[in-house]
Amino acid sequence: MISAAALRARAEGLAEALPPLLAEAEHLAQAVLLGEHGRRRAGQGDEFWQYRPAHAGDEARMIDWRRSARSDAHFVREKEWQAAQSVLLWVDDAASMGFSGGNHPPKAMRARVLALALAVLLIRGGERVGLLGSDLPPRRGQHQILRLTEVLGRDLSQSDYGVPATRGMPPHSRAVFLSDFLGDLAPVETALTEAADRGVKGALLQVLDPAEEAFPFDGRTIFESMGGTLRHETLKAGDLRGRYLARLAERKARLADLARVTGWHYSAHHTGEGAQGALLWLFRALERGR
Amino acid sequence: MWTVGAFGFTAPLLLWGLVLLPALWLLLRAVPPAPIRRRFPGVALLLGLADDETQTDRTPWWLLLLRMLAVAALILGFAGPVLNPQDRTPGRGPLLVMIDGSWADARDWPRRIDRIEAMLDEAARDGRPVAVVQATDLPGDGLPFQAAEVWSARLAGFRPAAWLPDADALADWTRTLEGRFDTFWLSGGLDWPGRTALLSALERHGQVSVFESPRPLVAMRPAAFRDGAIGLTALRARPGPATEATLAATGRDPAGVERVLARVPVAFAPGETEAATDLVLPPELRNRISRFAIEGVRSAGAVSLTDDSLKRREVALIAGNENREGLQLLSPLHYLHKALDPTADLIEGTLSDVVLANPDVIVLADVATLSPAESETLQGWVEKGGLLLRFAGPRLAASDVSRAEEDPLMPVRLRAGGRTVGGAMSWGEPKTLRPFGEGSPFFGLAVPDDVRVNAQVMAQPDPSLADRSIAALSDGTPLVTRKKMGQGQVVLFHVTANAEWSSLPLSGLFVQMLERLAVSTRPARPDAAELAGTTWVPQAVIDAFGELAEAGKLPGVPGEMLARAVPGPDLPPGLYAGEDRRLALNVIGTDTVLSPAAWPARIAVEGLTVARETVLKGWVLAAALAIFAADILASLWLSGRLRGGRGAGRAAVLALGLVMLVPQGAWAQEPGTPADDALALRATSEVVLAHVLTGDARVDQIADAGLRGLSEKLTQRTSIEPAEPIAVNLETDELSFFPFLYWPVTAGQPMPSPAAYARLNRYLRTGGMILFDTRDADVAAYGGGSPEGRRLQQLARPLDIPPLEPIPSDHVLTRTFYLLQDFPGRNAGRDVWVEAAPPPDAEQAEGMPFRDLNDGVTPVVIGGNDWASAWAIDGQGAAMFPVGRGYAGERQREIAFRFGVNLIMHVLTGNYKSDQVHVPALLDRLGQ
Repeated sequence: MISAAALRARAEGLAEALPPLLAEAEHLAQAVLLGEHGRRRAGQGDEFWQYRPAHAGDEARMIDWRRSARSDAHFVREKEWQAAQSVLLWVDDAASMGFSGGNHPPKAMRARVLALALAVLLIRGGERVGLLGSDLPPRRGQHQILRLTEVLGRDLSQSDYGVPATRGMPPHSRAVFLSDFLGDLAPVETALTEAADRGVKGALLQVLDPAEEAFPFDGRTIFESMGGTLRHETLKAGDLRGRYLARLAERKARLADLARVTGWHYSAHHTGEGAQGALLWLFRALERGR
Repeated sequence: MWTVGAFGFTAPLLLWGLVLLPALWLLLRAVPPAPIRRRFPGVALLLGLADDETQTDRTPWWLLLLRMLAVAALILGFAGPVLNPQDRTPGRGPLLVMIDGSWADARDWPRRIDRIEAMLDEAARDGRPVAVVQATDLPGDGLPFQAAEVWSARLAGFRPAAWLPDADALADWTRTLEGRFDTFWLSGGLDWPGRTALLSALERHGQVSVFESPRPLVAMRPAAFRDGAIGLTALRARPGPATEATLAATGRDPAGVERVLARVPVAFAPGETEAATDLVLPPELRNRISRFAIEGVRSAGAVSLTDDSLKRREVALIAGNENREGLQLLSPLHYLHKALDPTADLIEGTLSDVVLANPDVIVLADVATLSPAESETLQGWVEKGGLLLRFAGPRLAASDVSRAEEDPLMPVRLRAGGRTVGGAMSWGEPKTLRPFGEGSPFFGLAVPDDVRVNAQVMAQPDPSLADRSIAALSDGTPLVTRKKMGQGQVVLFHVTANAEWSSLPLSGLFVQMLERLAVSTRPARPDAAELAGTTWVPQAVIDAFGELAEAGKLPGVPGEMLARAVPGPDLPPGLYAGEDRRLALNVIGTDTVLSPAAWPARIAVEGLTVARETVLKGWVLAAALAIFAADILASLWLSGRLRGGRGAGRAAVLALGLVMLVPQGAWAQEPGTPADDALALRATSEVVLAHVLTGDARVDQIADAGLRGLSEKLTQRTSIEPAEPIAVNLETDELSFFPFLYWPVTAGQPMPSPAAYARLNRYLRTGGMILFDTRDADVAAYGGGSPEGRRLQQLARPLDIPPLEPIPSDHVLTRTFYLLQDFPGRNAGRDVWVEAAPPPDAEQAEGMPFRDLNDGVTPVVIGGNDWASAWAIDGQGAAMFPVGRGYAGERQREIAFRFGVNLIMHVLTGNYKSDQVHVPALLDRLGQ
C-alpha cells in the first residue's frame, strides 16, 4: 500500500514532468499548425456548421423546419465535416532510447516530444489519436492529449530494444512508429506486414544520436548495450568504425525498403538537429497517406 | 657513503633495487592497457566484428621505457644521492683566520666572508678556538681567541680598508704572538711589503694555508694629461689573455646629478699587465669629471679621483687695440698666448660674449674704459669667483679710469700719465724687480736679473696700497697690485702685456707669476718642499669598495704626509682641500705596479669557492614524479581518452598547468614623459600606492607587482580601494599626490639630484611616508652590513629624517587594522625602524607639539624584509615568489599582507587608532 505522502510526491513529480513535455509539444505543434488550417467545410459530423438554402434534390427530412419557419425560404442545416481518422503512435520506450552521446537530450526525449506534438496537431485537426503498446485507444479531445502526455512521461522500460506493438490497431487507420530500430528487425518486419494486411499505412521515423552515426571511439573499449545484456570488446575501436557505419547504412536501407514495400514512409532523424523538420515530415507523411 | 665521481649515495644498498628493473619490464610488457567501458546502443551492430590486428594488447616500448625511467629515478632518489660529498678531516688546536683586509679584497668581499663563515662553521664543529685578524686593522696585541660562534656573529662587522697593511705595525704585532696555532690566510692576491715576513712569522707557529680568489685583480692609475688628451691606464696583477675593460668618467651633469659622462674601452694585450688609452673630451665636459673608475669592479683600486690637475682653466683674452694687423710681436696678447697656450684653454671674443662662457680668468690687456653694462656684468662675474687680470698700457695711462676715485674693477687709484724710467729722455736706469715679500703669492720665485721695467703706470698712495701691492720694483713702486672682490679678485700688472714697457713678458718669471695667480694650470703635483708646512682637509674619502663618501669631521693632515702619498688609517684616500687647490690621493699612484702575491711552493693555495654538499634526493624524486605525470598523459593518449573535443580541452588544461605564465609588468608611467597632468589626474582621482623607480628593471617590476598585490588585498579586506600602482621618477614627478611611497633600495641606485631631495624633504614634512626596503634582511643588525644598507645610508643622509627607533610593541602600526607584533616580508624577523617616540618624561609644552607633526604618522619606515616580493602577484593574481616553506610560509605571507594593510591604514588614518583608547572616556562623558 502506498502512503499518502509518497503518492503525493509521485503525483507532483509526474505533474512536474507533464507541463514541460506538453508545452514543448504544443510549442512545436504551433509552428506547424499555422499554414495547415484545413477541414473548415461542411460534411459529416456532429457540430453545427451553417444553414444553406434548400435546393432541388434535398430530401424533405433534411430541411430544418425551425429555421425555415422564420422566413419564406427553406433552409438545410449543415454540420461540419468530421473525418474521424484514427492515428496510432508507437514510441519506443526501450533502454536504448535513453542514450545520449553528447550534450543533446536522449533519443527517447526527442521521440516523445515529436509524438506528442504530432498528437496535438492531429487532435486539433479533429483526428483521433491513440498510443500503441499501452491501453490508450484512439480518442479525440483535449483530454486525450493529457492522457497521452501522462503515458509518454513514464520511465523507460528495462528491455534493451523495443518491439513494435500491433495489438488494437483498427483497420485502415494510420500509424506512426518512432524508434531507433537498432534492435532485431524481424519484429518490425512482422509488425509492418501485419499492418499492411489490415490496410494500415503510416510512417517510420528512426531517431538516432549523432554519436551513433559517427562512431567517435578509439582505443581498447568494451561496448555494452544500455540494458547491459549485449557486450562487445575490441582492442582498436577506431578500426571498427568503417564496418559499423556500413552496417548502419545497410540497416537504414533495409528499413526504407521495408517501408516502400508496405506503403509506409521512412525517414531518419538525429537528435543533434532541430525537431521542427521531423515533425513537418511526419505530418506530411500522414497527409500523403490519406 | 658510497661515491661515484662527484656523486655519493647515503643509502647505497637501495641501488640493488635496480636489478629488479628487467623483471618489471617483462611484467609491464605482459599487461595490456586497461579498456574503457562504454554504454552504446549501437553495440548490436558491432556483434561479430573481429579486430584486424592485435598490436595494442602490448604496452609500446617507449611507454615501458618511460615507466622504467620513473622507477629507476625513484630507486635512485631514495638511495639518497649527494653532489660533491665531502669527507672532512677535523683539524685540532687553535685556528687563526688572517684576512688582508685591503682594497684588493673588496672586489669579492662577500665571497670572502662566506668562506670565513664556512671555516668558522667547521671550526665550531671541531670545537677549535678561533681568532679572526684583519691585517689592516690589527688587534691590540696577541690573538683574541674565542669560540667560533662568537666570531660568526661578529663577521658582518668586518670591513676592508682602502689601504694596504702597514709592514711596521705587522712586525710589531707578530712579535707578540705566542703558542701554536694553524693559520688560514685569505689573501687579496696582491703583494705588499711585510707579507713575506708575516708569512714566515706565522709559519713558526704552525701550518699555514692560503686562500686566494682566482678573479683577476685590476686597478687604474690616476688620469694624466698626455698631448691634450686624458691618458688613462688600467693595470692588472697577473698577465693573462687579452681582456677588455671599460673605464667610466663620472661627474656632475649641469643639473647637479652625478652620472657617467664618458666611457672608454681599454684592452689588455695578451701577456701585458698595463693597458692605456686616451680620452678626448670637450673642456666643458672634462672639467666636470670628478673620478674615473673601471666599470663593474667594486674596489678602491679601480677608482681614481681627479683633482685640479686635470682641470684646464679657461682664460679669456681681450685686448684694447686690435687694429695693428701684422705686427704680431707688438700685439698685447702675443706673450700671453705663448705663456698660456700649453696649459689653459683660451677664449677670445667680445667682452659680453666671453662673460657668458663663464671662464675662470678674463685678461684685459690695456683696456681702459668699459661701458656701464659691461662693467656691471664683469663685477658680477668677479664677485662670483672670477679672476680679472688687467695689464696697463698707453691707453690706460692716458685715460681717466680710476683717477679721482677707485674704479671697482681696478685694485688701486692711478696717477695721471704714468712714468718712464731709463728712456732716452729720462735720468734714471730702467728698474729691476725687488724680491717678493712673504705675503705675496709670488713668494719664493727667483727674480732674474735681466728683467727691466722701462715704463709703468703709477699707483696713488693710499692707506691700502701696501696691502694690495704683491710685487714691487726695486724703488718700491708697486708693479702688481691685487684687490679681493667678493669671491674673486682683480689683479693689475702696472706694465704692458707685451715687451713695450718691460722685459717681464720675455722672462720665465712671467709664466711662473701667471701660474701662481692660478691663471694657468699648474703642473701635476706639488712636490714635498711645496707641501711642507701646509695642512690639507679631507673633503671626500673613498672606502675600500671604491664608494665616495663625505669626509665629515676627519681631521686635517699635514702636507708632508700627503707628499709621501701612502694611504693609511691616518690618511685615507680621497680628495684633500688646501688653501687654493685640491689634491686627490688615490690608492694607486702614478708609478704603482701591481705585483701578485707569490707564495712559496710549500704553502697550499686554495680558491675561495666552497664546494657545498648538494642533496639531490628531492630533485631526483621530483624528476620521477614528472616522468609519472608524462606517463599518465601518454597512457591517456594511448587509450584514446585524449582525443575528441573534450579530451583535447583537458589536454590543453594539463599542458597549460605546466607552463609558467610570466607576468607582464605594465609601467604606470614611462619615466621622462611630460605627462604631468595625466599623472596628476591618475594619482588624485583615486588613492594610489606608488613606488620609486630604482633604475633596476627587475626590482621596479617586483615593486609594481608587490603594490598591485597589496592594493588587491586592501580592496578585498578594507574600505581602501586603491587604483593601479604608479611608478614615480624622483627627478621629474611631483610627489605630493601620493600618501605612500615604497622605495626598494638597490646597491647601484643613482643618488637623486638636490632638487629631487628638496622635493622629498617637502614630501616628508607635509605628511608623506616612505617605506625604505633594503631587501636584505640585514639593515638593522649592524647599521648597514650589506651594499644596500650602505647605499640606504647614503641615500637617506640628505633627507630630513627624525630620530628613529626599532618599532615599539605598543606602536600604533601594530594595531591600525590587524593586531600585529611581527612585520615579515619575504624575509622575516629583523627589526623595523620608525620615528622615535618622544621621551616618556618629556612634558608637552603649550604650543610645542612633539609627535603632532604629520598627525603622529612616522615619515619613514625602514626595514629589509623585502615586502614587495611577499606581496607581489602576477597577472593571474597568483603569488610571484614563494615565501618560507609550506603552511608557515603562507602564514608569513599573510602577516606580510597584514603589515601592508596596517601600514596603509596608518598612513591614511593617522593617529585615529591611537586615539581610540580615549573612546570609552569620551562616551562616558557624552552619557552625562
